[in-house]
Amino acid sequence: MNLGEIARNRLHILPFIAAFLALLAVPQLSLAQTAGSAAPPTESSALAPVADAQAPNVADAEAPAAEAAEGSTTDAALDGSGYTPLGPEWIKGAPTAGGLTFQKQYSPDGQYALGMHDYVLLPIITAISLLVLALLLWVVVRYNRRSNPVASKTSHNTVIEVVWTVVPVLLLVAIAIPSITLLARQYKSPPEDALTVKVTGYQWYWGYTYPDNGGFEVISNMLPEDEAIARGEPPQLAADNRMVVPVGETLRIQVTGADVIHAFAVPSLWFKIDAVPGRLNERTLMINEPGIYYGQCSELCGARHGYMPIALEAVPRPQYEAWVRSKGGTLPGDAAAEPAAPPAAAPLQEPESSIEGAPGAGAPPAPADEA
Amino acid sequence: MATTADTFQAHTDEHHHDADHKPAFFARWFMSTNHKDIGTLYIIFSIFAGVIGGAISGLMRWELAEPGLQILGQVSAWLNNGGTDFDQQLHTWNVLITAHGLIMVFFVVMPATMGGFANWFVPLMIGAPDMAFPRMNNVAFWLTFVAFCSLMLSTVFPGGIGMGAGTGWTVYAPLSTSGSVGPSVDFVIFSLHMAGAASIMSSINFITTIFNMRAPGMTLHKMPLFAWSVLVTAFLLVLALPVLAAAITMLLTDRNFGTTFFDASGGGDPVLYQHLFWFFGHPEVYIMILPGFGMVSQIVATFSRKPVFGYLGMAYAMVAIGVVGFIVWAHHMFTVGMDVNTKMYFTAATMVIAVPTGIKIFSWIATMWGGSLEFKSPMVWALGFIFLFTVGGVTGVVLANGGVDDNLHDTYYVIAHFHYVLSLGAVFSLFAGFFYWFPKMSGRMHSEWLSHIQFWTFFIGVNIIFFPQHFLGMQGMPRRYPDYTPAYEAWNYVSSWGFPIMTASLVIFFINMIYAFTAGKKAPANYWGEGATTLEWSLSSPPPYHQFETLPVIEDHHSHHDAIRPASEQSAH
Repeated sequence: MNLGEIARNRLHILPFIAAFLALLAVPQLSLAQTAGSAAPPTESSALAPVADAQAPNVADAEAPAAEAAEGSTTDAALDGSGYTPLGPEWIKGAPTAGGLTFQKQYSPDGQYALGMHDYVLLPIITAISLLVLALLLWVVVRYNRRSNPVASKTSHNTVIEVVWTVVPVLLLVAIAIPSITLLARQYKSPPEDALTVKVTGYQWYWGYTYPDNGGFEVISNMLPEDEAIARGEPPQLAADNRMVVPVGETLRIQVTGADVIHAFAVPSLWFKIDAVPGRLNERTLMINEPGIYYGQCSELCGARHGYMPIALEAVPRPQYEAWVRSKGGTLPGDAAAEPAAPPAAAPLQEPESSIEGAPGAGAPPAPADEA
Repeated sequence: MATTADTFQAHTDEHHHDADHKPAFFARWFMSTNHKDIGTLYIIFSIFAGVIGGAISGLMRWELAEPGLQILGQVSAWLNNGGTDFDQQLHTWNVLITAHGLIMVFFVVMPATMGGFANWFVPLMIGAPDMAFPRMNNVAFWLTFVAFCSLMLSTVFPGGIGMGAGTGWTVYAPLSTSGSVGPSVDFVIFSLHMAGAASIMSSINFITTIFNMRAPGMTLHKMPLFAWSVLVTAFLLVLALPVLAAAITMLLTDRNFGTTFFDASGGGDPVLYQHLFWFFGHPEVYIMILPGFGMVSQIVATFSRKPVFGYLGMAYAMVAIGVVGFIVWAHHMFTVGMDVNTKMYFTAATMVIAVPTGIKIFSWIATMWGGSLEFKSPMVWALGFIFLFTVGGVTGVVLANGGVDDNLHDTYYVIAHFHYVLSLGAVFSLFAGFFYWFPKMSGRMHSEWLSHIQFWTFFIGVNIIFFPQHFLGMQGMPRRYPDYTPAYEAWNYVSSWGFPIMTASLVIFFINMIYAFTAGKKAPANYWGEGATTLEWSLSSPPPYHQFETLPVIEDHHSHHDAIRPASEQSAH
């Protein structure tokens, strides 16, 4: 190849290098910015207006009552010191029939991400698609054989070539700024005293362990269709024992897999993290409002991959503590000793992968004496 | 006179003058060393595999048309010797989606573009009498065929809760190791080994041929853009496939020989498999589309009667896409639990690819600008490609943002994205190339009218299938699910109705083929007119069995990258 020609083409490559360097520099800036600041949930940057202006209510049990279809039963779920599972009127994180966009978001990072999608990404990609369509239609009309019988011989135009290289770079930088900011937000570590919930993916159900509350594990299976409908919940999303967490607090969610890779996902909280055997993944989660939020396993894990949903229930702190006690768990302020006995009501379920011959069982391990 | 063509004589001296003498049937079709015949074999093979892969997707869309399980029971009964246990039905679903992906990627798009069109037309376009390694060319084809047989064979062996491999085309461990008991996945691994080896062989062939066998005067910077696209693709294959081979070999040893590469209990890591797979997997998607880019360039230039705008920019944009394509793989793994800086890097690097790709889209439009457009069917397919690939590409830009991808990974939004760039991108470019070159290959004209009807029917059908899947993905519907909660029913129903419409267009395609072979007019050497300026148009339709036994000399007339008017005698027919 002709080095002279390569040198002359270097102009084409410069914008790539510039874009690359610019994009690499941005993470350092955003990490530096967010290092020292505590971001309240409703903070929004100039570039990404929050789509949903609803402010999170941490301890206000009254606000949800305004949304409740029925009066007394729903309040009972959230006031006082007892715990009752939330009824179907509290379902907030679920798909809507015929929906055209993302589910409504109930976490601060989710609202930011939704805003970035709706106000930055979607307009840009729509404009580009329509621009290309318009140009094609124009060309078809203006330069068809009848309208333009003699073709021109133009095959270069330096100005336009520079423009259609530089403008996309600028658009990408405009996208990268909120994008990198979003990542920095999503990766902010939770405070040290944040509640930790450890999620384990099994074939084919979820286990939710609460190490800060005595280490009990809640096993969550999908409800059969008729049972889900009887409870007023969507089939294939409803689960028997939900993952109950306190609302309005920053949570530390740790996720792992017991047998094969699963993935813990809740679309209405913009949350998804793989459950990998031998690996403990950790992410921060904050739920703005009390309610029920559904998700589904999001990594192919065998036959019942589609039948191991996630049901999260966010309740105010008093109700959460009551729930913990009902599971035989402990709270940080409790008197020491007396480890909680696993409650008889929720026996630990053996993962199918550990039962030889069961459908989810893998190959038996090799005998120990084989090298 | 002594020409390099002499050393490539496949025949003895007494046949030296008869460049159209063909071997007997078995030798010709089963022991071929002719790039055109091998190309034909690949194209027929890819159409056959495409019908199977498409039929599987038909079963999938049928099942997904309504909530609940409808046809999986019958498919499971067929696959599992009458077994219709719930888990067997669900395993059958996983087998269907796995087979659909593997067939379309490895046995439709790759054989059609590289095995088919590249084999046929790269030697013709560069003025070569054949490929550098004609026998290895044949080995590659038959190895691909055996690889396909191995994949089909995997369905008659147990692979978990039932017959067949239910791992997805990505074959992630540990589902594919400890999670799939039975030989089925091993047959899939062997299939990929063989298909990969075949592609590597073909790529070696293309690189050697393009670098060493261009006719005198055809510098690399005068080579048609289709040849450039094949060159870049061949390099991607040679560099990426060995990594796939390593990954799946490690799966094989984990499954059968007690290694624990991907088993944490033995000190291994499932995520290692993903890195190795996607290091191949991302270049693979560019492998699937780059030859299509090349074909679209040829077609747009031909039917605009104008050379491609910004030839060097187009060639080096493809090189840039290929190179950058090697350093973005982890965007397929954004939710695996990666460190923040890693995620930020892969977000930024992935977005960079939009720049050279955008340059190509705009350059195609600029080629047409000021041209004199004729809307023959290849051009219509190419125009459809330009628009629909743009739509698919921009959803890729959305997915490139790691933080946004958190809510879209493993949902139908991803399925919509890659089917737009593949079924509405690569497949459109395949049909474009097919109708562009079919009369050249067969000697018969197809019906342009039927091709246009096929185009519009297919266009409507595939858009109805895949556009609503963006909505499903944004609403959270995960991939690889045989059933869904009723809220997803509406768009699934609409999507499924696109399938019969698409099938109707394929029926029209086959009718067109029957018409062409029974009543199609004989095709002249250049049936597209003055816009067709590459060397294959100087040969008869079909070309003689051996062409360019005396090499053409490429002279520099006006636009230096149009290779026309070879100076020496052609093998006449």
